[in-house]
Amino acid sequence: MISEKNISYISLISLLLIAIFAEYFNEPYLITLLSRIIIFSIAAIGLNLVLGFGNLISFGHAAFFGLGGYISGILAIHAFNSELLISWPFLFSGSNNSLIIWSFTILFCSLLALLLGALCLRTSGVYFIMITLAFAQMLYYFAISWPSYGGEDGFSIYVRSTLFGINTMQGLNFFLICFFWLLIILFTINRVVKSPFGLALRATRFNLTRVKSVGINPFKIQLIAFVLSGAITGIAGSLYVDLNRFVSPSLLSWQMSGEFIVFILIGGLGRIYGPLIGAAFFVTFEQFFGSYTEHWQIFLGIIIISTVLFAKGGIIGFILEYRKNE
Amino acid sequence: MTAELLIEQLLNGLQFGFMLFLMSAGLTLIFGVMGLINLAHGSFYMIGAFSAAATFAFFNSFWLSLFASFSCAAVVGVIVEKTIIRKLYNRDHLDQVLVTFALILFFSELIRWIFGAFPLYLDVPKILNGSIEIFGGIYYSKYRLFIIFVGLIIATFLFFLIGKTNLGIQIRAGQYDREMISALGVNISKLYTLLFGIGAALAGLAGALIGTIQSVEVGMGEPILILAFVIIVIGGIGSIKGALIASLLVGLVDTLGRFLIPWVLQTITNPSDAMSIGSAIGSMLIYILMAIILILRPTGLYGKKLS
Repeated sequence: MISEKNISYISLISLLLIAIFAEYFNEPYLITLLSRIIIFSIAAIGLNLVLGFGNLISFGHAAFFGLGGYISGILAIHAFNSELLISWPFLFSGSNNSLIIWSFTILFCSLLALLLGALCLRTSGVYFIMITLAFAQMLYYFAISWPSYGGEDGFSIYVRSTLFGINTMQGLNFFLICFFWLLIILFTINRVVKSPFGLALRATRFNLTRVKSVGINPFKIQLIAFVLSGAITGIAGSLYVDLNRFVSPSLLSWQMSGEFIVFILIGGLGRIYGPLIGAAFFVTFEQFFGSYTEHWQIFLGIIIISTVLFAKGGIIGFILEYRKNE
Repeated sequence: MTAELLIEQLLNGLQFGFMLFLMSAGLTLIFGVMGLINLAHGSFYMIGAFSAAATFAFFNSFWLSLFASFSCAAVVGVIVEKTIIRKLYNRDHLDQVLVTFALILFFSELIRWIFGAFPLYLDVPKILNGSIEIFGGIYYSKYRLFIIFVGLIIATFLFFLIGKTNLGIQIRAGQYDREMISALGVNISKLYTLLFGIGAALAGLAGALIGTIQSVEVGMGEPILILAFVIIVIGGIGSIKGALIASLLVGLVDTLGRFLIPWVLQTITNPSDAMSIGSAIGSMLIYILMAIILILRPTGLYGKKLS
C-alpha cells in the first residue's frame, strides 16, 4: 500500500541513490540536475507554506529567491575581490563562509517578507496575487537598472562558498549540502504544519471569521507564515546562486514565481512533499523535451492546462487516488 | 531643462497612459464581470502586434495591419474563451492563475516558433510621420498624438458602451449577480465570450500601436500586463473609471518620474550617479505609488469594499 509518507521516503531515498550512482559512474551533469531539483523544491516548499496551507496565493516569491541569491552573490564577490562592502559602523568586505552567507540571507529575506507581508496582507484574494506580483517586479526592475551589480547582465562569482573546509566545488559534496538543507526544511515544515500555529494557519484558509471568534488574530498568523516562507525561499536562492556561480535578474523574474507555483501544483497542493515531486517532474521534463525541441514550453503549457482542468491533486493525488480505486 | 521638454514628457506620459488603459480596461471588465484573473491578457497584446507586423509585411499597409491586430486578437480570444477559459469561471483563483500562466508559455513559444526569435518592426504611415506644432513653437510627434487620439476615442466608446447601451447594463448587472441576470433571460455564456473578445481586441490594438514605436518581440506583453495589474489595483477591480484614472496616473508618474528624478538628483550629486540612482528609483516609482494607495485604500480608488 502506498501512502503519502511512503511516496516521500521513496523519493528522498531515490534522489540520494541516484546522486551516489551518478558520482560512481562519473556523471557530474546529473548531479547538478539533482541539486537543481532540490533547490527548486526548497523554494517551492517555502511558497507552499503560505500557498498550500494558508491559501495565500503569492505570485511574488521570486523576490525572496532573488534577494537570497543577490545577497549571497554580493557577499561572495566582495570577499573574492577583497572590496569593502560597508565601511560604517564597522569595516566589512563580504564573506565566503556559507554560515555567514546563510545567516544574512535568512535575516534580509525575513525582513523583506515582514515588510511585504505587512503591506500585502492588508488585501486578500485577487488583490493579493497582483500586489505580490507587482512588488516582485519592482525588485526585478530595480536589479536591472542598478548598474553596480551587473544590471541586466548579472555577474559571476568564481568560487562556491565554503563550509567547514568541505570542497564544495565537488558536485556530490554540494548536492549533500543541499540535501541536508532539504531534510532540515522538510522536518521544520512538518513540525510547523502539525503545531497549533500550523492548525491556525490551515484554519485561516477556510473561515476567517471563525478563526477570529476563537481569539486568534489571523493577520499575525499569516504574517509569521509569510516571513518563514520568505526565509526558506531565500535560502533556496542562495543555494541556487552557489550552484551556478552566477547571479542574474532572472532570479527575480515573474516566470520564476510562476514556476514555483507550477511545482506545487504538479506535485499536489498542500502536501508537504508535493513541491519535491513537482520540481523533480519539471526538471526531468525540461531535460527530456528540451533535448528534442527548443520549443518544449509549448508542451509544458499543455500539460499544466490539462493538469489543472482534469487532474486536480497533482501527481501525489493521482497516485493515492489510483491506489484507492484498485 | 526647458518647458518644451517637460511638455513633451507630459504628452508622452499621457500617450503611455492611454495605451495602458486599452490593456487594463479589458482586464478589469473581465475580472469584474466573470471573476477571472487573466494573466494571458499580455499574450493578446503580443498576438495583436505580431499579426499587425505580419500583415504589414504582406500588404505594406499600416491601416490594414491595425485592423488585423484587433481582429486577430479578438478571434484568438474568442477561441481561447470557448475552449479553455470557460471551464475556469467556477474554479478558484489559483487554477485561473496557473492555466493563464500556461497559456502565456504556450503562446510565447508558439509565436517564437512561427516568427523566430528576432524582433520585427512596423513603420509609421507617411501621413503620421514627423511632428506637428501644437502651440507656441512646441512640436510633438504626430504618431504619438494619433495614439492619444485613438485612446480618447476608445475611452469614450467604452464609457458609452458601459453606461448607455443594453449590453452595458448587462455587463454592469453581471458584476453584481451572475445568477440573477441569467435567470432574467440574458445568455450569460454569450455575454462572457463577447466581453472576453472585446478585451482581447483592445489588448491587440494596443500591441500594434505600441509595437510601431517600439519593436515587436516575444515577451513584449508581460511588462505591460504587470503595469495593467498595478493599474487595476490602484483603480479598483471592475471599475472602468478607476482604470482610466489609474492608467493616466501611472503613465504620467512613470514617464515623468524617470525623467525628473535624475534631473533633481543632479543638483546634489554628480551626473553619472544621478543617472543610475535616478533611473533605479524611477523604475520603482509606480510600485511605491501603489503601496501608498493600498495603505490608504486597500480596495483601490474606485473599488468595492471587501466583504
